[in-house]
Amino acid sequence: MSRAATARGRTSLAPSIAFTVLALILSIGAYVIAGYGKRGQLPATFVLYATIFAAGYAGALIAIRTLAPRADPALFPTAAVLVGLGFAMIFRLSGGLAAEQATWVIVGLIAFGATLLVVRDARMLDSYTYTIGLIGLLLLLLPVAPGIGRTINGARLWVQVGPIGFQPAEIGKVLIVIFLASYLTQKRELLQVATSRIGPFRLPPAKHLGPVLLAWGASLAILFLQRDLGASLLYFGIFVVMLWVATGRAAYLVIGLILFVIGAYVGWLLFDHVQLRVDIWLHALDPTKVFDLGYGQLAQAQFGMATGGIVGAGLGQGSPGLIPFASTDFIFAAIGEELGLLGTTAVLLLYVVLVGKGLRIALRSQDAFSKLLAVGLSALVAIQAFVIVGGVTRVIPLTGVTLPFVSYGGSSLISNFVLLALLVRVSSGPLASRRAT
Amino acid sequence: MDRQIKTLGVALLVLFLIVFAQVNYIQVFAADRISSNPANAKRQLIAEYKVDRGSILASDGTTVLASSRQSPGDLRFQRRYPHPELYAHQTGFYSFVFGRTELEASFNDYLAGDAAELLPQTLTDLILGRPKRGATIVTTLDPAIQEAAEQAAVAESGDVAIAAIDPASGDVLAMYSEPSYDPNLLASQDPKVVRDSWNELNRDPDKPLLSKASDELFPPGSTFKLVTASAALENGFGPQSLWPNPNQLDLPLTDATIQNFGGVTCSGGSQITMADALRQSCNVVFGEIGLELGPEKLAEQARKYGFTAEPGDDLVPFDLPWTSGVFPAPESFEGRDPAVAVSAIGQQDVAANPLQMALVAAAIGNGGVEMQPRLVTEARDPNGRVIAEFGPKEFSQPLSPQNAADLTQMMVSVVQSGTGTAAQIPGVTVAGKTGTAQHGEGAPPHAWFVCFAPAQDPVVAVAVIVLDGGSLGSEATGGQVAAPIAKQVVEAALGL
Repeated sequence: MSRAATARGRTSLAPSIAFTVLALILSIGAYVIAGYGKRGQLPATFVLYATIFAAGYAGALIAIRTLAPRADPALFPTAAVLVGLGFAMIFRLSGGLAAEQATWVIVGLIAFGATLLVVRDARMLDSYTYTIGLIGLLLLLLPVAPGIGRTINGARLWVQVGPIGFQPAEIGKVLIVIFLASYLTQKRELLQVATSRIGPFRLPPAKHLGPVLLAWGASLAILFLQRDLGASLLYFGIFVVMLWVATGRAAYLVIGLILFVIGAYVGWLLFDHVQLRVDIWLHALDPTKVFDLGYGQLAQAQFGMATGGIVGAGLGQGSPGLIPFASTDFIFAAIGEELGLLGTTAVLLLYVVLVGKGLRIALRSQDAFSKLLAVGLSALVAIQAFVIVGGVTRVIPLTGVTLPFVSYGGSSLISNFVLLALLVRVSSGPLASRRAT
Repeated sequence: MDRQIKTLGVALLVLFLIVFAQVNYIQVFAADRISSNPANAKRQLIAEYKVDRGSILASDGTTVLASSRQSPGDLRFQRRYPHPELYAHQTGFYSFVFGRTELEASFNDYLAGDAAELLPQTLTDLILGRPKRGATIVTTLDPAIQEAAEQAAVAESGDVAIAAIDPASGDVLAMYSEPSYDPNLLASQDPKVVRDSWNELNRDPDKPLLSKASDELFPPGSTFKLVTASAALENGFGPQSLWPNPNQLDLPLTDATIQNFGGVTCSGGSQITMADALRQSCNVVFGEIGLELGPEKLAEQARKYGFTAEPGDDLVPFDLPWTSGVFPAPESFEGRDPAVAVSAIGQQDVAANPLQMALVAAAIGNGGVEMQPRLVTEARDPNGRVIAEFGPKEFSQPLSPQNAADLTQMMVSVVQSGTGTAAQIPGVTVAGKTGTAQHGEGAPPHAWFVCFAPAQDPVVAVAVIVLDGGSLGSEATGGQVAAPIAKQVVEAALGL
């Protein structure tokens, strides 16, 4: 099946280098400008961070050229610009956080290379369906475990082992997508069978609806147990999208939507914090409520973006320190304040390019598993970016998830680089097949 | 599957387009409305305090009344007042908690660099990455006279307010009110310092935040006889017109009477000239004049000097918010004839402050032409180039030149041989008028003195009020307590 991909051969070197150098210039440039905006001088950490980014991106380029030579040359650089932009914003907010984020960039790039090295053929992941699924599920549930789980900012997402705290769900998400791609590849024919009709929709046999209901139940469980609205929405969205793509049955979308509405309504009825989220979403700028904590936080994000206007205050020139969680969940608003509409548009375009490339990779892939994997990973990036950007801009109620590749955070950045490596792998095809040519 | 993948691509693109539309709404279309939300005060303040605000200078162009300096906190510039108490009532304060007052408020466009004349400068600064700089404003305040006013006021134990004006231009040469306050505390960037100072100032019964020279109102007492005399002169009663001179004036419709100060009869026989009545400040005679003229003519004359019918209807434009004097509408005297007589001697329904009375004196000294009071003469850009000039403006002509000359002569007599002898300056002819204003049963009177000098070609008109009689309390008169203070200010203005 992958022979056709092989025939395309190795992509030429020039665009790979050009895109990577461009990403490097944008990343270091934004960081230097932030330094000037903040203190009026070249940041003292310039040599260190410039070296980390130059060496890191060069290392990633070498890894791609040797381990995934036929990969889309723009895929890594697109994500790298998002990382660089996020780093400049984090540096602008706090030198200490920037030092940590720089460490996570190094670890993330190592994880990126390691994933390319270990996963020589995407299809090999298809052999460990249930192992991967089980590990993914365990990682999702780990924070609920007594003793090591920690509740931070109202959601139980953290695991603390000794001095190291991390969010296992970040990497768990990627594993769940791999599991779903594998599982749905195996079951898609069963799930496609339609035995009954409701209106224009052909429905599969009741017993095959089981997985949909299971995923729905799991998503609700996440909402119940971890009080994590964002993750709940994300998993269910990914699952329904992948199920629909795998089977081609629009009925799953409709059933999924109905279940989502029911789940959301039940959640709203049962949980005060869900009701509060909705009220904050609708009334963030209401003069009678805007001084209350939750409303004020979302309001500050609106103020930041509004003050930024079209061109922004300039990196280091605005007051994104007033925006809560400016380096993590609200980083999009901080970018909006200092880089303006131009900055927010650039971020949105980078996601459109990244997700577009991911879907194109899916279209070009020859086997069902690779297709579904690329679709799932792309949809994960897209939906997660939409959930948080939509939340920050009040398109939808705010739920706390990180902005992929941009937000501060080790767990998030590392798993995003693993996700990127898998997309690069699918894009390039199996490593062994190059040797065969 | 490929069909679904393409559909998915379109669907995700639509999601991002929705967000893109919303971002445009927030950052462009609704940006102003959103960022002006009251909860965004901090960000607005930070933006506001990024401006290198212009200085406020004295008339010499070098003495700094207010300036900006860099600050290490969130707010990049902080306001400094090098002579805090001395000029507080004119500079006002610039506080991030309580906003702006006085010149900091009324000339904010220039000081903050928002005035249209500064646009080229602002664009240049923007391109060069420099902080936006405001314009410097030059005031009419003369440090030598202002300091003399402060010293004279501090030497007197009571609360004192003083206004000194150049009669020809309307320039406010000095204006001081005691007690004053330290605007540096209110301009502090430590919210606790600001609030503590604010609370203390607002608890103080003497109201230090208000200028007694221009914000508050007091009965002007006998200094108002200048307005009554003006009305008489303008209506054909000359300085030598004769008026009955009884011991007391029986007021119509009541058993109340008007008596002269100390209950005495003014010297000069059964009839007395208006000039002599002014010299001795005879309440009885000026009560008669008031009744003879009636409320319409008195009110008309008072309006020409800038007195309004209701407190707060500012008739005379000024560079600061102020409260001009009050003389009620004539209709309000209907059926209250006694009130007309009492108002004619500056009691009951009449109110004024030193700035208002200095304007009256200045108009008399300036040949009958009243100039608008002026506090700011020009604005300069950060390079020192003059970008706006604010010329003197005429407010009104309350007196004909002849009547002004006659009234001046009457006021000269007051200082030479009347109630105001304490204001005499060797070698200088001073024209003045005393006032001792009753306010409330048993309370010591306010002591007033208004004057201008040299009488024939005045360089300064001064009005002084010493509240509650100052050190002399209930024994105080304007001639004893207020005239010496006015004299010191006049001497400073004459360079003596």
